Formats: sequence, structure tokens, C-alpha cells
Amino acid sequence: MSKRIGLEASHAAAEAARMADVDVIAAYPITPQTHIPERLAEMVANGELNAAYIPVESEHSAMSTCVGAAAVGARTFTATAGPGLEYMHNVLYVASAMRLPVIMTVANRALSAPLSIWGDHSDAMSVRDTGWIQVFCQNSQEAFDMTLWAFRVGEDAGVLLPVMVHFDGFHLTHVTEPVILPEQEEVDKFLPKFHYPFALDPDKPMTLGAYAPPDIYSEAKIAQEVALRKSKDVVIKGFEEFKNIFGRCYHAVEPYGMQEAKTLLLTMGSFSETAKVVIDERTNRGESIGLINLRLWRPFPFKELRQAVKGAETLIVFDRCISFGGPGGPVHSEIKSALYNMPRRPKVVSFVGGLGGRDVSMKDFEHVIDRGREIAENGSKGLYETVGIRGKVTDIRG
Amino acid sequence: MKKRLKAGFDFTWRDMEVGNVITEAGNAALRKTGDWRTQRPITDTEKCNKCSLCWLHCPDAAIKPLEDGYYESDLFYCKGCGICAKVCPKGAITMIEEEEK
Repeated sequence: MSKRIGLEASHAAAEAARMADVDVIAAYPITPQTHIPERLAEMVANGELNAAYIPVESEHSAMSTCVGAAAVGARTFTATAGPGLEYMHNVLYVASAMRLPVIMTVANRALSAPLSIWGDHSDAMSVRDTGWIQVFCQNSQEAFDMTLWAFRVGEDAGVLLPVMVHFDGFHLTHVTEPVILPEQEEVDKFLPKFHYPFALDPDKPMTLGAYAPPDIYSEAKIAQEVALRKSKDVVIKGFEEFKNIFGRCYHAVEPYGMQEAKTLLLTMGSFSETAKVVIDERTNRGESIGLINLRLWRPFPFKELRQAVKGAETLIVFDRCISFGGPGGPVHSEIKSALYNMPRRPKVVSFVGGLGGRDVSMKDFEHVIDRGREIAENGSKGLYETVGIRGKVTDIRG
Repeated sequence: MKKRLKAGFDFTWRDMEVGNVITEAGNAALRKTGDWRTQRPITDTEKCNKCSLCWLHCPDAAIKPLEDGYYESDLFYCKGCGICAKVCPKGAITMIEEEEK
């Protein structure tokens, strides 16, 4: 029997790594991720988890250690946040290009300066193109589920790619919620033993991570790009298998509220749960409104998104990150580009808010919906509008 | 990978091994590194006293001893760096432009 206990997202993710029976954990503590490696270190010290816990001196070393561990065929886990993710940035590319299925949870945190330990999606957006499979979580249960799911998908023989599981710093990492933990047998049924086909072996010498001159590099990168795009089939299959064993159902793109609504709001991560309360109230009043929770960020779910916005007149995208000097919130830009060639497409409106841990309340979502509709109808002078900023923002022009 | 390298890089992205792993050891020898050379060494056996310094100094191990005791540069690997010509105490090695015959 599964059990229902109170857990914060951090401990839920650590619990998932334990139940996945990871072999190697290499992590450097950084707020708000700290509780994840802290809990795993405890588990290893207490003998609850038989793994090598490698305390490293930086995030760059953490990811480098994970690359080495995965290359010998170890089930490998790490966690980081904000500036830590930036510090390991170039090694993220190494992990994905070498096709090493490192699993990492990211407690999304703002980037300095000014120094902020609180949550937003600036860190996630900066690693958008690193070649990792990436998903976002709405709550602690999902932090557990997605972490477990990440091992299943990343280690799949047809995938062999690293997976990043994003959940909002503090809003999720430090909030205790009821989480259903499965039985170990169920986890074992879902997650087969990891078998890396090119594991380093002294008896079978191989070269991993060789250099590539200009006459090979391009072919190598296209092969990697095709592999990431093709992984979407296993991503979806992984959701289905997860549902069959644990009963909870996830999708790349998750529509909520009224079907074929005229107005749609699109959010990622913990924003979606607050937004749902507002959507519920409005649909109860008979408004034609719905929400899209974008779970799968990479590989981007183009087909699913186009399907989900069919018939909508207005699509309001609410980002938790600024794309400095760019066309609007980074998620909004991608959504716009994904829909651009559709013969009939909704008007896409961009909002940015919730930066550096700023709370976004139901009232803010009400404003975003009402003002978003107004912009869709009458246009706006700015490229995007902000939420909850003191002082009139006037100079965000194209 | 062996065959592909020999075939002169006519393989496509589909032929890349997962993660670009090279599954056979020691196959760097199959790669022609001599194709970016602008100069090549010419040895004057009249001057050469078979001291072997060129062979010792070649950074690419591209110089091989011949049966008669002289040394010859393997142009499949030789990058034309000119170190052999520089270290030769007898001035027996001259670097000539690739286009010269």
C-alpha cells in the first residue's frame, strides 16, 4: 500500500532518488536546493540508501562528477538552483552531447544581481538550449513523480539523455504538502535497472568525449538534436506507464478548465496551481476560459500545444523571467513562434511577473486575464506588460 | 568507425555512434593529420649522419626509421611544423613549400 505523508518538494525529490536506488550523488548545496542533497546525505549516512555521496567543491565539479559517474553506468543524481545551475552551464552541454542520463532537480531561483535567493525561472530559461529533457512541476507530489519518471525516460535505451526536473524555489521546495509515496515494488516495476551500453570498462577500452574537427562536429550535433526530438515518444510513453502503475496522469501540455475556451492562460510550475483557482471561479460563472499548464519544456511539444489552443481567440502567457532586450517573456516568445504558421491562431499576449520570489496572488491572475483580453482586443504600446511592479512601466517598446 | 575514417569522412550523421563514442581503441592512427600541411621536409642523405634527432623530436611521431638507417617523414601524418629541420645538426632537412615539386 502506498502511504500519504507530509513532505516538501525537496524531500519528495530526495525520496524519489532514494526509491530509484541511485548509485552516485554529487551535489553542492545552494539555497533553495539545500534540503535535497542534505536529505540524501542523511539517507546515505543512515544506511537507508546504498550510494556514493560525493561532496564536491562547486557545481561545475558536481556536474563533472555526474558525467564521470554516468559514464561508468551508475544511476546518477544531482540537484542545484539559480547561480549553481549557471556555474555548471558548460558541463550541462557535455552531459547531453555525450548522451549521459544524469538526473537533476532544479529548485528554480533568480539570478544575481541584486542578490536574490528566491524563486523565478531565470535559471531555467538560461539553460533552455543545453540539450536536456526538461519538465516543470506544480507541487510536491509532482516533484516526486517527475523525478522518478525522469530516471525512467532518461535511461531508456532509445533515449539516453539527461533530464532536468524544475520546481519553484521556496514556493515548492520549502512548502510541506501531502505526498503519496508508492511501495518499493511499484517503483521497481516502473523503473528497470540502468544499463548504459557504452559504460567505461577497463577490459573493453573505448574513447568517450573525443574531440571533433569541423568535418565531424556538425554531424554530431544534428545526431544529438534528432535524438532529443525523438525522445518525445518515450517522454509520452513514460507518462502512460507512470499512470498505469501509480494512477496519476501527466501530459506534455495540460489543458484545464473549459474545453475549447475563447481565452486561455498559459503558465508553468507553481503558478499553474494558483491560476487554476481563478480559472475555476470564472468557469463556474460561465466564462469561456481555460488554463494550459506547460509541463514539457524540452523537447518542446509543438503538436500538443497547437492542439490545445485550437479555437482560442486569446492566449495569455505569463512568464517568470525577463528576456532582456528581447521580444517578451521567453516562454511567450516560443509559444508565439510555435503558433506563427498556423492558418488560424489566437492572439498571444505576454506578461512577466513573480520575479525573485515576488508572490503572485489570485488578484494578480485576475488582472492578467482582464488586461490580457483588453490587449488582445485593442493592442498595447509595449511588447509585454508587467505584473505587480510599482510605478508605471512605459518603455518596453519594440 | 574504422571503415568510415578510411572512407574519407563520407559517412552521415546517422552513422554517428550514440554520444560520439569511439568503440575501438587506438584508431587515431587512421586519421590523416597531414592534410593541413603547407610545407614538407626533404632530407639530403648526403648530409644526414643518421643521428636520429629528427625522429626523437617529431611531435607527431611522423618520422620513421628506414632499414638503411636513414629517416623518412610519413606525409600521411606530417603537419609540416619544421621542428625536424630546426633540430638537424647537419642541416640535412629542408622545408619546401607544398606546391613545389
